[in-house]
Parts: sequence; structure tokens; C-alpha cells
Amino acid sequence: MADLTTDFVGITSPNPFWLASAPPTDKEYNVRRAFQAGWGGVVWKTLGAEGPPVVNVNGPRYGAIHGADRRLLGLNNIELITDRPLEVNLEEMARVKADWPDRALIASIMVPCEEAAWKAILPRVAETNADGIELNFGCPHGMSERGMGSAVGQVPEYIEMVVRWCKAYYDRPVIVKLTPNIADIRKPAEAARNGGADAVSLINTINSITSVNLDTMSPEPSIDGKGSHGGYCGPAVKPIALSMVSEIARAEATRGMPISGIGGVTTWRDAAEFIALGCGNVQVCTAAMTYGFRIVSEMASGLSAWMDDKGYARVSDVVGRAVPNVTDWQYLNLNYVTKARIDQDACIQCGRCYAACEDTSHQAIAMSPARMFTVKDDECVACNLCVEVCPVEDCITMVELQPGETDPRTGRTVEDASANWTTHPNNPGAVAAE
Amino acid sequence: MADSYTPGIAAHRLEAEQIALNFADLHPPLDAHEAAVAADRCYFCYDAPCVTACPTAIDIPLFIRQISTGQSDEAGRTILGQNVLGGMCARVCPTEDLCEGACVREAAEGKPVEIGRLQRHATDTLMARQDHPFGRAPETGHRVAVVGAGPAGLACAHRLAMRGHAVTLYDAKDKPGGLNEFGIAAYKSTDGFAQAEVDWLLQIGGIALEPGRALGRDLTLDGLTAEFDAVFLGVGLAGVNALEAAGTDRDGVQDAVGFIAALRQADDLSALPVGRNVVVIGGGMTAIDAAVQSRLLGAETVTVAYRRGRGRMGASRYEQDLATSSGVRILENAQPRAILGNGAVQQIELEYTADDGTGLKGTGETLRLPADQVFKAIGQTLTLAAGLEADGAKIRVDARGRTSAPRVWAGGDCTPGDDLTVVAVAQGRDAAEDIHAELTGAARAVTGARIGDAART
Ligand SMILES: Cc1cc2nc3c(=O)[nH]c(=O)nc-3n(C[C@H](O)[C@H](O)[C@H](O)COP(=O)(O)OP(=O)(O)OC[C@H]3O[C@@H](n4cnc5c(N)ncnc54)[C@H](O)[C@@H]3O)c2cc1C
Ligand SMILES: Cc1cc2nc3c(=O)[nH]c(=O)nc-3n(C[C@H](O)[C@H](O)[C@H](O)COP(=O)(O)O)c2cc1C
Ligand code: SF4
Repeated sequence: MADLTTDFVGITSPNPFWLASAPPTDKEYNVRRAFQAGWGGVVWKTLGAEGPPVVNVNGPRYGAIHGADRRLLGLNNIELITDRPLEVNLEEMARVKADWPDRALIASIMVPCEEAAWKAILPRVAETNADGIELNFGCPHGMSERGMGSAVGQVPEYIEMVVRWCKAYYDRPVIVKLTPNIADIRKPAEAARNGGADAVSLINTINSITSVNLDTMSPEPSIDGKGSHGGYCGPAVKPIALSMVSEIARAEATRGMPISGIGGVTTWRDAAEFIALGCGNVQVCTAAMTYGFRIVSEMASGLSAWMDDKGYARVSDVVGRAVPNVTDWQYLNLNYVTKARIDQDACIQCGRCYAACEDTSHQAIAMSPARMFTVKDDECVACNLCVEVCPVEDCITMVELQPGETDPRTGRTVEDASANWTTHPNNPGAVAAE
Repeated sequence: MADSYTPGIAAHRLEAEQIALNFADLHPPLDAHEAAVAADRCYFCYDAPCVTACPTAIDIPLFIRQISTGQSDEAGRTILGQNVLGGMCARVCPTEDLCEGACVREAAEGKPVEIGRLQRHATDTLMARQDHPFGRAPETGHRVAVVGAGPAGLACAHRLAMRGHAVTLYDAKDKPGGLNEFGIAAYKSTDGFAQAEVDWLLQIGGIALEPGRALGRDLTLDGLTAEFDAVFLGVGLAGVNALEAAGTDRDGVQDAVGFIAALRQADDLSALPVGRNVVVIGGGMTAIDAAVQSRLLGAETVTVAYRRGRGRMGASRYEQDLATSSGVRILENAQPRAILGNGAVQQIELEYTADDGTGLKGTGETLRLPADQVFKAIGQTLTLAAGLEADGAKIRVDARGRTSAPRVWAGGDCTPGDDLTVVAVAQGRDAAEDIHAELTGAARAVTGARIGDAART
């Protein structure tokens, strides 16, 4: 049995599945039940400064994108940070941590960008015995209008400054939660590292309007006929999160920095992918909000079974395994030639590959009067669109041409040696091959 | 009150509530959510096999996509534009042999997209609106007689009206609809749908319905061709084949179509008499429908006796399963020899058959079944003798629906081809387009699938 125990910046938890700072972690009642269900850790719903708490809208907070059968694919929210008094949250955190010493409990914090504000809250958080803090520089709605959340996360200098304050007034790990609403995710990560942060976590939610009500002409969720952009999360954001994680994992300035992966983690497989791209653990919000706490059983057993299968003993054995294979387009091997192959036994003759290739790609699929679909190798550019639109898994595969074979499309012999754009004759800036 | 064990032929074998349950909608409509889920299974195939398999070539992937994007009204327009009786077809088509049988997901998983029920959802949605979705072209001044207000005649009349012609629609019966009204099983066309559909169809205008007017009795073909610019015959098959067996004159021996027609017209089904032991002779849709409905009325035993094996039955596998799951016994390879009884039928004697390749023969081995009622369902025949050239027992037509007589077209069951509602609709519609082209000189509209052959290399 694989060992799912993780040590993330010195914080141990029985598994790499943490609940992200959000409604699931908003109070003692939830968090106790989450721990009972098996979650390895929680990042408590973001705390604000002392004083009257923020207020939320009193109408709907969510918008959603649904797939077939109303499967929730993407969720959008306009909720703010915790709307409960600071002292109540702190007391609850202390009680829960005392009762669940083996689980990770992280305090998420968002206070104004002033040193005094951080200096005031950090000692109080430390008293709860929380294992660390996460700085919420990501919330893209409401709080950002008040100069917090993503308004800070979008300015690397501010990030570095606040992290320094935190490292000065707090002696446990500091995790910086990044906003994806920025052109180059490496910049805030680098700033966090420069400030002395122990780790980054990403992504927070993405600016979004999920839909427009075409009767009232209001964005959803609609509050009295008006809507504001919210933060997008759930399965739909996973590809964006994975890419951002990989950028940080491989950038020179941030390489090796611990990453807590967030964004659309819904199954064990999603988690494994984040971990392979360099995350020491993952955080989950929407999946728990959609299906409840019990999903962690599937995630833990699935990850463990897959690790056993692959012979990985510990989660740390998996961390970053895929990172060396993430590269720039210019380094992709242009001598790697494949052709689509349609398995006639598996084919159900829907013709989707034909429509896709004929109408929108390279006119490389032929259709016989008896609805037999075959690839014209002399036209196929190997884009694999047909593979993606085929409803039958593995019916169309991309077959590699071996060195020495001729590509009927180009008439060229496939070469054994790898060659990429940097040396390609069509590239004006090509360097001569060695 | 009687029950299933009351001897002879009796009414009220079941409580009215039970009857109502038994005759409820066979395929209840999908609600909006169910339809969205079912629609999502469609792959939007290229040159889709389901469209090829539909005799009216409805653009099925398009209408399903319209449902899945929340436009069921538009989906209804797509369907009814190709097949104006798409509502009835959604209820009665043997989809397992047509669109759903060709669905690629049938090939892939043995579970086709529920095209029939999606079609029902879309047509129900559109037809629930008070307006009629089709308008008429400006009046052409041409007048066309359509004889027979069954599916073929209705489809023809509607398309002609759309094209701006003035139609007079004659029917021998005093109610229009043809077998939609008098033949289709009651649990397929519930809540007076056949009548409602005709009313909806006639909303287009330009169609003068003349019920109770029979060709051959009240009208002559010469008279019609003299009075009208064109004539379309959609008279169906009004006769029934005779059963060759001794004793067919005994009380309780009936034509299945007559029994079904009475059933379809009954105000109170529980008052309809049915035998305790019922035997149906035949293997087509009519046989199955008579048998199933006898069971649903409360008959104790119902047997369909067919002279060949089940694979040869005209009724689809689905229909056969419907019968057996309703408690009907299907007796294969048996043909009637004699109907026995004293005045009224009491027993039927059947002989087993075998086919050694030289034709079907009796084996000599017989069996007897108790029978209070025997339904003959061995096929319907054309009764109209209008001096037209025949093709077998039907009216000869060419690919455009033209008969041997000038300016006379025909379609539906009275012409060669499968005897199905949807085939009748296709033939009626296409004849109308040919009539329109002939009368106006316009190019004949293409009514088939749009993508089709052009794509195939
Ligand atoms: C019991 C039964 C069940 C069936 N079930 C199904 C089913 O589930 N699915 C399916 O697809 N098909 C089914 N069919 C077949 C389907 O009903 C027919 O194929 C279809 O109705 C043919 O349409 P039509 O317009 O050609 O003829 P009909 O529907 O027979 O209509 C002919 C019309 O012409 C009128 N007429 C006849 N003679 C004259 C005359 N001389 N002058 C004026 N009017 C005349 C008749 O009164 C009638 O209204 C069934 C048939 C039967 C008998
Ligand atoms: C309703 C809601 C409220 C959230 N509130 C917070 C918050 O207070 N602090 C925070 O750091 N992130 C907050 N988030 C973002 C989540 O922690 C997480 O980063 C994001 O939802 C992506 O993960 P997911 O795809 O698993 O949901 C919130 C998300 C949702 C849906
Ligand atoms: S891989 Fe691309 S080009 Fe080749 S057959 Fe498939 S869709 Fe066409």
C-alpha cells in the first residue's frame, strides 16, 4: 500500500488532500465533519481584520456551467471572505486543531495592505496553533475593489512586501495563494519567493461571467437585475491551473518552490496530475461543494491504487515527475511524424471524424458509400482532431512513422535524429545544427 | 360484473380504473430534463444513418441538437417541415426497424438514442402552441382532389395547401385520420391525438374536408379528373383477406381491424366485450395489436397463431416482445384448420406447419385451443377498382407517385411499399411536390436528406 502521508513545508497530513479556503472550511462544524470524512487538511475560510466582518450579498452567489444531465462543469461565485467575527473563527480553529493534531489546519488571511494590519492579526492566528498561514492574494471580486485579494496578487512588489511582514511577525510556514488573473504567473510566484514565502498555492478563481439571462439581460447570478463578475472554479479551470503550476515548476526563478495545487481537482487522477507537475499536495473546493465531503475516499483510494500500480511508495516519489517533459513549442521534435489510423472494428460509423477533417482540417479522411472511413496518409497532417472528436475511445490512434519510412504527405523520409524549430530552415533565426 | 374467467364474450372484465391504466400511453412523453439528457447522447453524425433510415428523411441530428440547446419548438419545426404527421410517427413508428435501428449507438452499445421519444417531445411542444407553424404560398388557382384522409392523403393535402393549391379532401368515413383514427393501437395514440393532429394540420387552410364521400360510391375517378387539375389517391387498404378454414362463419369470428376500429371509437373501453379465450390468426402489426388489446381488456388467454416462425412475422421484434410481456402467447408454425363450436366458436383446431423449401405445408399434427373469439388478421387488401393499372394487388405508381392514368397520383398503403404510417406520409408529401411541379412548371423540390451521396467519394 502506497504511503499517502505528505510533508508539505514541514506540515504533515495523512494524505495530500486539503480542502481549499472556501465555504467547506468556513466553520468548526464543517471542518470537524471534513476531518471525520478523511480530509488530510483544511485551509480555513479567509479571515479578515478585527472589527465588523464583511457582509455578503443576500441574493444568489453562484453561477454555473452545466454539462449533460446538469453535471456541474464550472462554478462562479461572488462570495467574499468569512462574514463571521474574527474571534469566533479563531476560537473554533484552536478547538479543532487541538482535537485533530494529525491534520493540517492552515489559516487563510486577507487584511489591508498595511504593516499594522498584518502585525495585529498574525500573533492571534499563531495562538490557535494553526500549522501555517495562506495569504489570500487571489479573491478576484469584491475584496479586490477594496485593494485586497487579487488587487494585491496582481502587483508583485506588494506580494513581496506583505510576505516580508508575515515572515517577520509569524514563525510558521507562509503560503502565498496566487491569482490567475494576471498575464505571467511566474512574476507573483517569484515575488513570493523573494519575500521569503515557504510555498505558493494556485490557482484562486478566474474572473468570469458564466451566463447572461436573455430575458432580463442581467449577468448571472443576478442580484436585483444586476450582476458582477465572479470567480470561476471547478473542472473547467483545471487545464488553466495545470499550465500555471507547470510554469512555476519549471521557471528558473521559482523552480523547486513547494506548490499546493488548486483548481478543478475533482478525482484522484486530477490530483495525480497536479502532483506530477510539481505540487506537493492539492486543495479542493468545488468538487466538495458539488458532491460533499465523501469524495475524499475515492480520491485517496484511487491515488493509492494508482501509486501501487506504478510502484510509487510515497507521494513525494511522484512530485514533479512530469516537469522535465514540459517544454517550449520551439523544442518539440519536428521529425516525429504520425498518421491517424481508424480501427474499422471499433468504428461505429458516426462520421464525426469525417466532418471534422473535411470541414475544418485537412480533408484527409475518405468516406465510402458504405460509410467506411479511412485516413488518406498523403493528406493527414497528424493534428489528431479526429481522435478528439471520435466518440469511441481508442478507435482512432496516432501511429508513429518509423525512421526510414516515407511520409506520403511530404515525400520526405522520416529521420531518426530529433530536430526542432530552432534549427529549422524556415526559421529566420535558426541556429545551425551541431 | 364479469371478470377474466367469465365464459364467452363479455364486457366489463376489468374495472374501469384498471382499463385506464392498461391503455395508458405506451411511451409517456419525456419532460424537458429527460429530453435534454436523452438529446445529449446524440453524436450529431455526419450524413447520419438515422436520417437515411427515416422514410421521410427528417434531419434527426439537427432536431436533437435543437432540443439540447433549449429550442424544442425549433426542433418541432424541423420535424414537421419534413413530416407533417411527425407527432403520430413519434408514437407509432417501429423505430427499432427505422431510425433507432440505424443509430450508431445501437451498433456501439445496443442502446440507441431515443429518437422516437425525442421527436414526441419536440412535436408535442410545438403542437401545444395555438398557432400553426406553416403558412401558405399565394393561391395558385389550381384545385386538387385528395381521396382518403389517412396519413398519405393528409400529408399530400397539407403540402399542396402549403404550395398554394386549393385542396378538396374526400374520405369515405365520416371521420378523417384513416388508420391513425381507426387502426393504430389505443395505447400508442392516447387522448384523442389522431383527431387533434388532423385539426392542427387543417389549420393551414386551403383544405376543404368532405367526409362521408367515397370514391366508387359517391364519386368517380373520371368525375374527379374532370373537375380537378390533379387527383391523389390515398385510399389505403379497405378490404381484408379471407381466412381459408372451416367454420369461419361461426359467431365470434371477426376481422381484427373491425375489432380495433370499434375499440378506437369506444367511449368506454370497459364496456367493450372481449372473449375469455382469444385466438388471433396472423403475424403482422394488426395481429399483435388485436392480441395485446384483448389482453388489456381482460381476456384470460390470448394466443397469436402464425403459420411461420417468429423471425418471419411482419410485426417487429419489439412489438412481439410487447405482446409476450403483456401475457400473449405467440404460437409459431401453426395454421388454422377448423373453427369449432355450436353456433358460436368454442375451439379452434390448428395444424403445425413446416417449410422444406418447396413451400409451407401442414405436418398433419394438430392441436386445439379453447376460443370464444377468433380474430382474423391475415392482411388487408385494396378494394378500389378505378380502372388503374395494378402492381400485384396494389396500384402501380412510378417513382414520382404517378399512376397509369394522367393527372392521377397515388401513395400510401394502396401503392407498393411498406405499409407504415411514415411511408404513407413520405409518399403523400412527395406526390404533392410532383403535382406542384407538374401544375406550375416549378422544379420538383428535393425532399430527401440534404447531405447524402454528394459527400461520398
Ligand atoms: C391495426 C393496425 C395497426 C397499425 N399499426 C401501425 C403502427 O404501429 N405503426 C405504423 O407505422 N403503421 C401501423 N399500421 C399501418 C398504418 O396504419 C398504415 O400504413 C397507414 O395508415 C397507411 O396510410 P394510408 O393513408 O395509406 O391509408 P389509411 O390510413 O388506411 O387511410 C385511407 C383512408 O382512405 C379512406 N378511403 C378508403 N377507401 C376510400 C374510398 N373509396 N373513397 C374515399 N375514401 C376512402 C379511408 O376511410 C381512410 O380514411 C397499422 C395498421 C393497422 C391496420
Ligand atoms: C464560494 C467560494 C468561496 C471562496 N472563498 C475563498 C476564500 O475565502 N479564500 C480563498 O482563498 N479562496 C476562496 N475560494 C477559492 C477556492 O479556495 C479555490 O481556490 C477555487 O475555488 C479553485 O478550486 P476548485 O476548482 O477546487 O474549486 C472560494 C471559492 C468558492 C467557490
Ligand atoms: S489527424 Fe487531423 S489531418 Fe489527420 S485525419 Fe485526423 S483530423 Fe485529419
